Amino acid sequence: MDKSAYPHNPRQKRRLLAIAIALLAAFSLLATSCGNDDDAPEATEAPQATEEPTAPEPTEPMDDPRGDALGDGSLGIVEVEEGDAIQIRSLQAITGDVAFFGLPIDRAAYLAVDDYGPVNGFDVDLGTSLDDLCGNDGGQAAAQIVVADEDVIGVLGTSCSGAAVAAAPLITDAGMVMISGGNTSPALTSDLAGTAGPNHVRGYYRTAHNDLYQGAAMAKFVFGELGFSTAAAIHDGDPYTQGLAQAFADSFEAEGGTITGFSAVNKDDTDMVPVLTEIAAGAPQALFFPIFQPAGDFIADQAPGVSGLEDTVLLAADGVLNDNYLALPQTTGMYFSGPDQRFGQNVNQSTGRSADELTAAYEERHGEVPSSAFWAHGYDAATILLDAIAAASWVEDGSLMIDRQGVRDYLYALRDYRGIIGTLNCDDFGDCGSSKITVVQNIGGEENVQDSLNNVVFSYEP
Amino acid sequence: MIPRTLRRQTPRTGVDWFLTVLRVAALTVVALGLLAFIAQEIDRDNPFARWANPDATGLTGEQFWGLIVSGVSQGAMYGLIALGYSMVYGVLGFINFAHGEVFMVGAMTGMIASNKLADAGMWESNFVGSLVLIVVVSVIVCSLTAVIMERVAYRPLRGQPRLIPLITSIGVSFFIQNASIVLLGPAAKAYPDVPDWVKTKHTFLQIEGSKILVILVAAASMACLWYVVERTKSGRAMRAVAEDAEIAELMGIDVNRTIVKVFALGGAMAGMAGILWGILFRSVIHSTGFLPGIKAFSAAVVGGIGHLGGAMTGGLTIGVAESVGPLVILEPLGVSGVSQLRDAVAFAVLIGVLLLRPSGIFGERLPAEDRT
Repeated sequence: MDKSAYPHNPRQKRRLLAIAIALLAAFSLLATSCGNDDDAPEATEAPQATEEPTAPEPTEPMDDPRGDALGDGSLGIVEVEEGDAIQIRSLQAITGDVAFFGLPIDRAAYLAVDDYGPVNGFDVDLGTSLDDLCGNDGGQAAAQIVVADEDVIGVLGTSCSGAAVAAAPLITDAGMVMISGGNTSPALTSDLAGTAGPNHVRGYYRTAHNDLYQGAAMAKFVFGELGFSTAAAIHDGDPYTQGLAQAFADSFEAEGGTITGFSAVNKDDTDMVPVLTEIAAGAPQALFFPIFQPAGDFIADQAPGVSGLEDTVLLAADGVLNDNYLALPQTTGMYFSGPDQRFGQNVNQSTGRSADELTAAYEERHGEVPSSAFWAHGYDAATILLDAIAAASWVEDGSLMIDRQGVRDYLYALRDYRGIIGTLNCDDFGDCGSSKITVVQNIGGEENVQDSLNNVVFSYEP
Repeated sequence: MIPRTLRRQTPRTGVDWFLTVLRVAALTVVALGLLAFIAQEIDRDNPFARWANPDATGLTGEQFWGLIVSGVSQGAMYGLIALGYSMVYGVLGFINFAHGEVFMVGAMTGMIASNKLADAGMWESNFVGSLVLIVVVSVIVCSLTAVIMERVAYRPLRGQPRLIPLITSIGVSFFIQNASIVLLGPAAKAYPDVPDWVKTKHTFLQIEGSKILVILVAAASMACLWYVVERTKSGRAMRAVAEDAEIAELMGIDVNRTIVKVFALGGAMAGMAGILWGILFRSVIHSTGFLPGIKAFSAAVVGGIGHLGGAMTGGLTIGVAESVGPLVILEPLGVSGVSQLRDAVAFAVLIGVLLLRPSGIFGERLPAEDRT
């Protein structure tokens, strides 16, 4: 080491010592002033929308403006100033092949916010819709945009379970809630027997059904109604498709049937002959492929041409239950499982609007009928979120204070809520949806799509 | 060519030994899988058949034939696309990665034209005539696309290091994909329904009409291309430019015009492949060209890049391998999820061929200065 770097002159030493003491003093002052800012904000300072990391200080009961608002403040309080709007977001699959599924959920959310009106006198702002791209990456990217805005209370979405797997941890870690009208994978909630799914997080809820119900419905239909004892399943690796295919396989075996093949394709595969040949080796009587388009198109098209599958009955699920797929000639005669779409005169208790009124309003606003039945799940998801915000908020000095924990408390305690989809009850894992599942058979032809959707051949309710 | 005596004297390095071990291992895996499959076919309870996969059931002869036919028809399309890669590489020495998008443009053009014809009622009443019409339209559109691509994106870069047009071609690829999204939307588009004779299996060799059509049209296209390149004046000019552009120019050949013709011919083949894709799968999306394009490029390399017969052979090799390989080699070895591994098998074939024969099946061994 170079000793010349050290001062030998006593004057130099004193000067260095003085500089060190001055720096120390400056740092001390700075630290003190920062501490003061945190602990005691100036009384005249304009209130900001902030999250409190800890429970608020107890106040005099006589002056408590909270009233009976839910929550203990443990996840923070969001303040919405007078004239501002309550921020929530919609995160759905609004582009690409799955837009037929996500767009109606997204549009129904806007419809619900308009129907609901102000919450405790404050308008609600959904902002600009975000796209989950029906995948992990899209969900993560959109969730990062959402959590960057600390004023957001809740997110309506995602459409696809694959996107929720990435988005839910980010959104709920930020104290927000997430209510999906489209996710059905058991991994996101529970196995319905008290065990949390591998991707379950607190603060996540859904109005869509758990696919364990849908898998059971299809298995009972194939085994009991069609009288088949052998079946096979194909998925594409997505949590939704894999979870549903597995739920079907497990239920079918529980019924007494035999699963002769369980395989997977890549989402962008076009030549399905190899996977269908693999499945054909087991000579199944039924083939269940709960996947999306366009892969679903190719399986329906190519299966009858594969030796061993000529007479196999083809079955799919709500991922392809749309006008476009039902109009394809190769899907005529196929069976589809999905949520019970016979909403009829069901009325949403928060807005008082019936399913028929809402369908007409949707058509008037967008010039088309909803392309998927999940619009109703999206509508109910939005109204229970707004109810939850109403139950966990209070007005204080002209501002609306929203307790994030209170929003969660309301949703976990939700019972006998009358929605468009039926009666909603939330369990401890966030499953709130009605579990009525139907199986419909495609009559065939573009002109018969609506009749096909109403052509219910089997109903299931646990 | 290095004389045999000299080659023997070259000391083997660690890399050489490693590659030898890799070659032996790859061949062993393939041989074991094939032997287990053959054992399954002879007797399903054969202990060797169930050695690695106790659940193995084997395939019936009809199922195996179905895989072969599927692989050949898919491979014929890869081969048609690969011709474009190979020809451009032959004359310009760079890989035009946007060629897969020209194929997608062909499939999209066919989709638009066929739906218009279906609306007019001609698709049902005169299917063959409609098919010829959409082929002509698609070939023209794809040739124009390829020519414009050359004029706008590649000609200004002529004479630059090969990496520069290569990177430009990746940019062109993204541009065309995004242009398709803007013009036609991001959702998959369907071709109109085809007549029953196209969909059903025919007693002749138990092949669907669409696959017979694909194989015949691909063979006819290949024959036409061979005739143009080998028997016409323009083809001779192309070969001369591929051999040495400077000397070809000194001999009075218009190099620019010849290169334009090469792009137009490659585009025409891609357009043809696009229509065949539409007939076979009846669905097209903006990303349709990406994976087949990459596999066609692999096919061109497997066959020996710059060699027309090699491109088609490479296409068929990759098509059949990815169709048959997962069930015939991987499943008997107990590998799970084999149907999701078809892309892996396709690229494993590329690696395998390069390991055993670095210049491809028909490729010539290049002198060291050309390899660099």
